[in-house]
Amino acid sequence: MIDRDSPLSEDELHAYVDGELPADRQEAVIAWLAAHPEQAALVDAWRAQADAIRVRYGAVADEPVPERLKVDQVMWRDRANGRSYAAMAAAAAIVAFILGGAVGWIAHSASAASPSGFDMFTAEALDAYKLYVVEVRHPVEVPGSERVHMTQWLSKRLGAELRIPDLQSIGLKLVGGRLLPGPTGAAAFYMYEGPSGERFTIYCANATATESALRYRSMDSAAAFYWVNDKVAYVVSGPADRDRLETVTKTVYEQLDKSATRKS
Amino acid sequence: MSTFRQNVEATIPALRRYARALTRNSDIADDLVQDTLVRALRSEHLFHGGDIRSWLYTILTNLNRNRLRSLARRPVLSLIEDNDAPDLAGPEAGGRDIERALATLAEDQRNALLLVVLEGLTYREVAEVQGVPIGTVMSRLARARVQIKNYLDGGRPTLRRVK
Repeated sequence: MIDRDSPLSEDELHAYVDGELPADRQEAVIAWLAAHPEQAALVDAWRAQADAIRVRYGAVADEPVPERLKVDQVMWRDRANGRSYAAMAAAAAIVAFILGGAVGWIAHSASAASPSGFDMFTAEALDAYKLYVVEVRHPVEVPGSERVHMTQWLSKRLGAELRIPDLQSIGLKLVGGRLLPGPTGAAAFYMYEGPSGERFTIYCANATATESALRYRSMDSAAAFYWVNDKVAYVVSGPADRDRLETVTKTVYEQLDKSATRKS
Repeated sequence: MSTFRQNVEATIPALRRYARALTRNSDIADDLVQDTLVRALRSEHLFHGGDIRSWLYTILTNLNRNRLRSLARRPVLSLIEDNDAPDLAGPEAGGRDIERALATLAEDQRNALLLVVLEGLTYREVAEVQGVPIGTVMSRLARARVQIKNYLDGGRPTLRRVK
């Protein structure tokens, strides 16, 4: 150890600021700093940095923990989504195959960094799906017969040029759509129905990312595919039958891609 | 719920705080916490005593390092939105300054500094989390502090000269 008269090591100054200085050095450091204003100012600056960091981020620990981060939820979903990574990879491969070299699609592996909107948008979309899919009399605001009007209205509200896919080829009729509040403002929501009453929904909202990989999530009896294309997040939701949902998603994607091609 | 899971649950708010400061983006931060929890809960049988908190910080730190590496490999995806809405709404004027200052640090320095000043870990605990000797932790801490001071003292000509 350094004796009283030796200059202090910088390590000791850090330890002093961080409360790691042995008690028997405390007094020596305080005395030394009193005689060395330049170093004392440095110590003050370090303390101010630490304070600024705590002021900026400290309150995060007081925020309520989101449901998805609770231990029970995490464990349940981890088990329920055991297949999801394989599903995502398979679905991404399908879409990548469909598109071939089409521009704007990045079929990244499931291990890549997650798009920040994935959890947010799929949770919103699945909630909306579960809420409205059971509605018999008022499942939508605008009926499917007013497709043109609905396209214009929702495009205007979202500030994005939306397309409402036609899924007749796979036996799904457009029931209609509605406007929903979403995490980024307005969200558009379309509902389709099959001959046996099975319902699928498409949720569209403005995303911060330009595009993302295709991702799959199942929750309770519902499941969803999510992707972002051209700054619009899409979530296709339906009953938790992955193969069927994949077919629907594939068709939706093809439709949107065709309309994008027509546009350009 | 087992004691293990209770201890994990009790650490979640602190993990969120650490992740938020590390990534400066609330969505990415919570994704990181979620991935950390999945890893930890899957590895319950591998955990034989010790400090659960340090162990969780270690997992999160490593996951974030992997994330940054994968971003570095493909810089096209702009996942880091530094105009995260809640951040802009922060009342403290210095909040965004310290945030930008943190963003200029090397990852290992940022980890060390945040674990010490925000999470209150001891130098020894940080050394365990980072898997390095205490001396290395201290030099990372020192370099982080110099860098932040330079930044806050005006060492950011590229931002200031734009008029």
